[in-house]
Amino acid sequence: MLEVSGLEAGYGSFRALHDVSLTVAAGEAVAVVGPNGAGKTTLMRTVSGLLGRRAGRIVFEGTDLATVPPHRIVELGIAHVPENRRLFPRLTVEENLKMGAFSPAARPHFAERLEWVYSLFPRMRERRAQVAGTMSGGEQQMCAIGRALMSKPKLLLMDEPSAGLAPVIVDQVFDLVRRIRQEGFTVLIVEQNVRQVLELVDRAYVLEVGTIGKSGTAAELKSDPAIREAYLGI
Amino acid sequence: MDIFLLEAVVNGILLGGVLALLALGLNLIFGVIDVVWIAYAELVMCGMYAIYWLYAVHGVPLFLAAPMAIVFVAILGMLVHKLIISPILGSAPINQLLATGGLLFFLQSFATLLFGADFRNIGLRLPIIEIGDLFISFARLMAFSVALLGMVVLWLFLKRTYVGTAIRAIAQDREIMVLMGVDPKRVYLITSALGGGLAGLASALLVLQYDVHPFIGLSFGPITFMICVLGGLGSMIGGFVAAFIMSQIISVGGFYTSIELSYVLAFLLFIVMIFVRPQGLFGVKS
Repeated sequence: MLEVSGLEAGYGSFRALHDVSLTVAAGEAVAVVGPNGAGKTTLMRTVSGLLGRRAGRIVFEGTDLATVPPHRIVELGIAHVPENRRLFPRLTVEENLKMGAFSPAARPHFAERLEWVYSLFPRMRERRAQVAGTMSGGEQQMCAIGRALMSKPKLLLMDEPSAGLAPVIVDQVFDLVRRIRQEGFTVLIVEQNVRQVLELVDRAYVLEVGTIGKSGTAAELKSDPAIREAYLGI
Repeated sequence: MDIFLLEAVVNGILLGGVLALLALGLNLIFGVIDVVWIAYAELVMCGMYAIYWLYAVHGVPLFLAAPMAIVFVAILGMLVHKLIISPILGSAPINQLLATGGLLFFLQSFATLLFGADFRNIGLRLPIIEIGDLFISFARLMAFSVALLGMVVLWLFLKRTYVGTAIRAIAQDREIMVLMGVDPKRVYLITSALGGGLAGLASALLVLQYDVHPFIGLSFGPITFMICVLGGLGSMIGGFVAAFIMSQIISVGGFYTSIELSYVLAFLLFIVMIFVRPQGLFGVKS
């Protein structure tokens, strides 16, 4: 579904990613793990069009994303739950969800998808008229995921959904991600919480200072001695 | 209450409507595009000349000339964005101020070239309404009502439509709009057209009360900026409230002193406010 090959990207003179290649097949959940500053967020931003790429190709379902203006990428079926959630703080929950259905293809389905997101996250229905910035971190994460789901994406990019949340809430967020998987979405997730994310994905890539180090199935990585020492603290 | 004081209060409220409309347009553009159109009141002047030209020179009925002027100024707004703002969107704010400031002088000079420096009047005398002992100008009453109506329509647009929601959202998080499938350039252009349209509406309301001349913008421009800053730049609610505060100071202050002194009072309050609460009444501390 998604093929990234030889990707290079960065900010100014800083090269954050070089020669990154990875694939995500339809129906899969794939994690990208790695230390802070390895370029995980840059990878996500480059795939969703927030950041231009310097070299390499990103192909989604046969379409080279270089040929698509950034704001049309969501229409192809890629939705991005950005780092730090990035809700519109002074819009209500429902208005945030409405922004998720902005693209012309999504608008006619707004009512039914809103109902669907509310059935997935009943808490959001309770908070529909609340200004998003006043909600708790976990609720904001729900809203951010809901907003991404409003475009009914084929591929959901999630950047550190558990970041900055209390441990109890982190468990809830991972439950949310598990439910998204059960709904049949293809997921590419970036996480620092390696132990927990390996429990819910099929495969993972380890990103180390801008390039892919190890990769393998979740089970392989969990039993890899180097990974166990570096990320699982065993 | 003294009937003349009451009249001053009523006139202040009526004046506040149009000022609020202007402040709303300027705030909308600032909030979305992060640029202050120094020449905003000069767009109003262009609209007033458009109505004068259509109605007084060519005999186009007013109910047609007004919408035509609104569309004309909306297009002007889009041109301002396309030709002046868009190429320097990434440069320092001072450059943007200078560029729109340059536009101010350009428009003033261009209007002088076309129409001369004379005061022009559309020559329409609207009645004065008597309510008890109170005299109210029909033109002002209409300007107030239509301005209020215009603001309600804009509010509904911002609240109900996708593009309107995007306009409010883009001011809160510019970068991720792309993830929502929003093309920021298109939102900027639509906002510029809206801002122009509001200036056009204001021009149709003001041309009923004031003579038009190339420097008429100076009568509304500075006070509009003060209102926007007083309310908190970019805050639409703030601009609305501040417009009525300022108009009361001008109107009631003018009643107790003189109309010239009332502007001094308004500016004084503004200066004090800038010291006490620099972010404005409804502004967010940055």
